[in-house]
Amino acid sequence: MGETKTASLREALGEALVSLGGEKKDMVVVGADTTESMKTLEFGKKFPERFFNVGIAEQNMIGISAGLALSGKTVFCGTYVVFLERAIDQIRNTVAYCNLDVKIIGSHGGISVGPDGGSHQAIEDLSIMRAIPRMVVLAPADSYSTKALIRQAGMSKGPAYIRILRSATPMLYKGNEDIRIGKAEVLEGGSDLTIIANGIMVSEALRAASMLKEKGISSEVIDCHTIKPIDTETIIRSAKKTGAVVTAEDHNVFGGLGSAVAEVLSMGHPTRMAMVGVKDTFGESGDGPELMKKYGLCSENIFNEAIKLVKK
Amino acid sequence: MQGTDFTISGRAADLRDLRIIAADLRKDILETLGKSNSGHPGGSLSTVEILTSLYFYKMRHNPKDPKWAERDRFLLSKGHAAPALYCVLAKCGYFPKEELGTLRKLNSRLQGHPDPNKLPGVEIPGGPEGIGLSEGIGMALAARLDKRKHVVYVLMGDGEQDEGEVWEAAMAAVKFKLENLVAIIDKNGVQQEGKTMDIMPTDSLAEKWRAFNWEVIEVDGHDLQMVMNALDEATGKGKPVVVIAKTIKGKGVDFMEGNPEYHGKVPNKELLEKAIKQVEYKGN
Repeated sequence: MGETKTASLREALGEALVSLGGEKKDMVVVGADTTESMKTLEFGKKFPERFFNVGIAEQNMIGISAGLALSGKTVFCGTYVVFLERAIDQIRNTVAYCNLDVKIIGSHGGISVGPDGGSHQAIEDLSIMRAIPRMVVLAPADSYSTKALIRQAGMSKGPAYIRILRSATPMLYKGNEDIRIGKAEVLEGGSDLTIIANGIMVSEALRAASMLKEKGISSEVIDCHTIKPIDTETIIRSAKKTGAVVTAEDHNVFGGLGSAVAEVLSMGHPTRMAMVGVKDTFGESGDGPELMKKYGLCSENIFNEAIKLVKK
Repeated sequence: MQGTDFTISGRAADLRDLRIIAADLRKDILETLGKSNSGHPGGSLSTVEILTSLYFYKMRHNPKDPKWAERDRFLLSKGHAAPALYCVLAKCGYFPKEELGTLRKLNSRLQGHPDPNKLPGVEIPGGPEGIGLSEGIGMALAARLDKRKHVVYVLMGDGEQDEGEVWEAAMAAVKFKLENLVAIIDKNGVQQEGKTMDIMPTDSLAEKWRAFNWEVIEVDGHDLQMVMNALDEATGKGKPVVVIAKTIKGKGVDFMEGNPEYHGKVPNKELLEKAIKQVEYKGN
């Protein structure tokens, strides 16, 4: 698992949209004045007639996307997560309620966003989206899986939310894996402990696993890129094998991946757990990596939680 | 009127026929609300001439083929007027009239606020205010992409103009030069908690829309001929058009007219009987 090379999820998004747009003539993209930064503008350059920038108006962006979808279009729309959150009403009552083909991209998720500060660091989006019926919720970790999941979302029916990141992330996949919505990926097999992570925390989980290996603890590392519908089978199978689970996410520990895993295990196979994530607090300005250390979103913290759990 | 070929637009109707339809609709609305004993009479009654003009005069639509791609779209953005929409759809033949009695009841297709996945003829969901014009923009853009000639009509309330999203959409429709989009405002002057002048004044509505660079047509929303003329003039202007229809909340029933109490309350049995008598067609 080479971690030296990194790649931008936003560039992966732009490439995936252009590729899909070439195949799907009924696909359109709607943006809200963040299209250059998110690279959705790449689609706009290639297919200007199918690209609409509505300005800084997120509610209108979702409403227009719904209207396009109600007329038979497959719609990708999005902006930074914190801005998108002011359109939760439209997302709930229009996109999800009517089961529309609107794929919503939330960029700049999590505290790892960095210098823009707490106002721009969304730590509640996965929880909110997960609670909306019909919504598929995705949080890919690297460039390849982002492209794969965007493509599948575009090819499947109904609403989806895809959270991507501001920063480039280590490339975790070789490029020949069969990444599927609803199917968690076991990146490393192990027997003493399971680490389930998503987004930027997957590479931290892999680092923690090698630190644990030095202590003689064998960890299974799972990339749970789909939070809903969650891969119950893979999670329970791994928990039965290892008997201890640590979750890791750049998101509030309330309602996100950790909660989703806890729901699965508490009912399917009660297992000792620890959750690494944001402890119900807002972030602040700083460099992404500095902030991740300060808020415990790092391999060292996963390692510590794992040691405590395994020793219990 | 049932069985008319709406696809060539229901222009067979003369003014007298349309007045009879409008009176029938008011009666249907009151009877439907009487059965559900829950819902919004005031803002339903104020829309009657607007809906009559659209469904029985202006729009090209086909109740036998509700998803016909070339149909004109009617978007009820003020979703609480669902009883009015359901009554007009039933009268056109989108579903059996008997089903009106199931409004707001368990397992009914007639949800308290419209659900397009449940009932044929419903284009958008209702509920929160202020979303319909955005959806109308999306549909008008899709029509342009698909090189189709149909028109998208969006009916809003004047209380709904409080919502910020309306003005986001007002800007966008002009940016995209949507001449296949017509907004209609049912300006009945009353919202849930009182008169719009007191809750959030919308007295300079026409000036606001003109300032956003829309073409504005002002009409008496209960004068069928005026509403029909406005709809005839509302397309092909190179920009979107808004018809501001001055109406009376609870129109046709003396104790409901302009009375905020009947925004979301159904009159008791005795008053309902009195109301139904008042809205019957009197031959004028």
